[in-house]
Amino acid sequence: MRGLKIIVLAKQVPDTRNVGKDAMKADGTVNRAALPAIFNPEDLNALEQALRLKDKYPGTTITLLTMGPGRAAEIIREAMYRGADNGYLLTDRKFAGSDTLATSYALSLAIKKLSPFDLVITGRQAIDGDTAQVGPQVAEKLDLPQITYAEEIISVGKKKITVKRRLERGVETLEAPLPLVITVHSSAPECRPRHAKYTIKYKHARSLGELQDTSEDYLQLQKDRPYLLINEWSVTDIDADLEQLGLSGSPTKVKKIENVVFTSRETRVLSPADDDIDNLMKELIEGHTIG
Amino acid sequence: MDNVFVYCEIEEGKIAEVSLELLSKGRSLATRQNCSLEAVVIGSGLKDIEKQIFPYGVDVLHIADDKRLYPYTTLPHAAIVKGLFEQEKPRIGLFGATSVGRDLAPRIASALKCGLTADCTELEIGNHTEIKTKKEFRDLLYQIRPAFGGNIIATIINPETRPQLATVREGVMKNEIHSTGHKGDIKEIDYQKWLSDDDFVIKVIERHIEKSKVNIKNAGIIVAGGYGVGSKENFKLLYELAGVLGGEVAGSRAAVDGGFVEHERQVGQTGVTVRPKLYIACGISGQIQHRAGMDQSVIIISINNDPGAPINQIADYTIVGDLTEIIPKMIKYYQKNTK
Repeated sequence: MRGLKIIVLAKQVPDTRNVGKDAMKADGTVNRAALPAIFNPEDLNALEQALRLKDKYPGTTITLLTMGPGRAAEIIREAMYRGADNGYLLTDRKFAGSDTLATSYALSLAIKKLSPFDLVITGRQAIDGDTAQVGPQVAEKLDLPQITYAEEIISVGKKKITVKRRLERGVETLEAPLPLVITVHSSAPECRPRHAKYTIKYKHARSLGELQDTSEDYLQLQKDRPYLLINEWSVTDIDADLEQLGLSGSPTKVKKIENVVFTSRETRVLSPADDDIDNLMKELIEGHTIG
Repeated sequence: MDNVFVYCEIEEGKIAEVSLELLSKGRSLATRQNCSLEAVVIGSGLKDIEKQIFPYGVDVLHIADDKRLYPYTTLPHAAIVKGLFEQEKPRIGLFGATSVGRDLAPRIASALKCGLTADCTELEIGNHTEIKTKKEFRDLLYQIRPAFGGNIIATIINPETRPQLATVREGVMKNEIHSTGHKGDIKEIDYQKWLSDDDFVIKVIERHIEKSKVNIKNAGIIVAGGYGVGSKENFKLLYELAGVLGGEVAGSRAAVDGGFVEHERQVGQTGVTVRPKLYIACGISGQIQHRAGMDQSVIIISINNDPGAPINQIADYTIVGDLTEIIPKMIKYYQKNTK
């Protein structure tokens, strides 16, 4: 079996478990600057599936592709520390405000530019939106088949791949041709930790944006070791139609945002009486805690 | 034209529960907008399937019956739904937020370049005025959903594109029969023209029922038990409550050591650290080692017959009493208030 060319799509997401008051902007879009940013958890599951294929089939290369602000280069480095070979950051103000349709349009253009490839692997969904839409939409725009909710890539043969998929009440095993888009479910194995060798090798990997205010020595280092460059692509690099990006390319609009108000930490003591339990359940449902 | 469509999932000859719930919701949305409710069923061996569908007030059932169309695979179903939507031009299209609906709907949205909102918890009809242009839109679908890890509730609209697509999880909408005697029209979908051999490149080799692995770390709702639960038998109540709320069961170290619950479910310093939206602590006294693993939970409910249990100090709600009496009531009133 020859080595595979794999593109892993990943997103840097605000850690929604640590959300403060200034998390949303007035227009209803996310104020990313105000939140700690992390590697989207299911994209790490996706990276692990790619790394396992690289372990199994020598000669496999893994390219990490992400779209986001300049600091999203962090997750490309993080992927390199774990075994990815290189990375591309799609970054441009003109991408701002994109919903899943506009995002998948931009990503699909970048993927086409990285052609040929055997697999696009990504997480099922990102924790900031939980939509699970970008994977299938990228597949549609590339006119490729897809396997979503994947739990395990069982084997890869000549032009054929076998994948186990997680369903609500069971699993199914599918056989598909290459190239293919796969989205990986959180029930797949967790991603391995950083590898010491790669962490040293890629410690100085930087995107052009990050290199802007850097010293001469650093620029020389980058010149001597071209693998340290994290590629940056703008709207023009992927030849995108501006109408299909950002707010104008996004059919969904946010009409209203309501913050879920958390009650204070003052303990309320209830009795097991029917009224008390009835009211408690109503409160939890109205507060969108359950239901 | 301009009607409400529901894509119905089918498993072994039966319409999925989530699809019946969507038909119920679809009926009220169609009535509200004075249009018809239309169902789409794609599968194999669908004789008499209308008997399950028409009682929900469906006016038109679009059907594609072919042995190549079951079990579900993405490409042929996507090609047929896309073709049908282009032909019928619905105003709204609803899908279950399942491993089928969330696989299919985004593909349709991408092909038709229209908006899709995932995992809606409420669907309403309302108007909208665009602030900048003062442009008015009447009878839009308000797609209401939690976002950002449940920290906000967003109302999403698709003013310009049709159909307005949404997915909804099972159990969110009510399953309500419209009228047992209701009859609609059956229309065979002329689907062959939309399919090619390339749509059948993915083969389902095998399917079976298999429980998913325990994963309390990512659970949004956790029902946890301590030594005070008393027995493995009583832990079944916790499983029942967790099942109804869509959560996971966890235990304290004492409950694990007592053999009431398996080790993978242990919360605390020597177990897993969790931070769900809701943590229901049943019969857990709340030693510091346990609290360290769960005190970041958004809402904590403690059920304990000891009003002085340390866990009550960090709880938002404390219910003092017998959990074998309280848990069944919680299930009862949850069901009463949601359905």
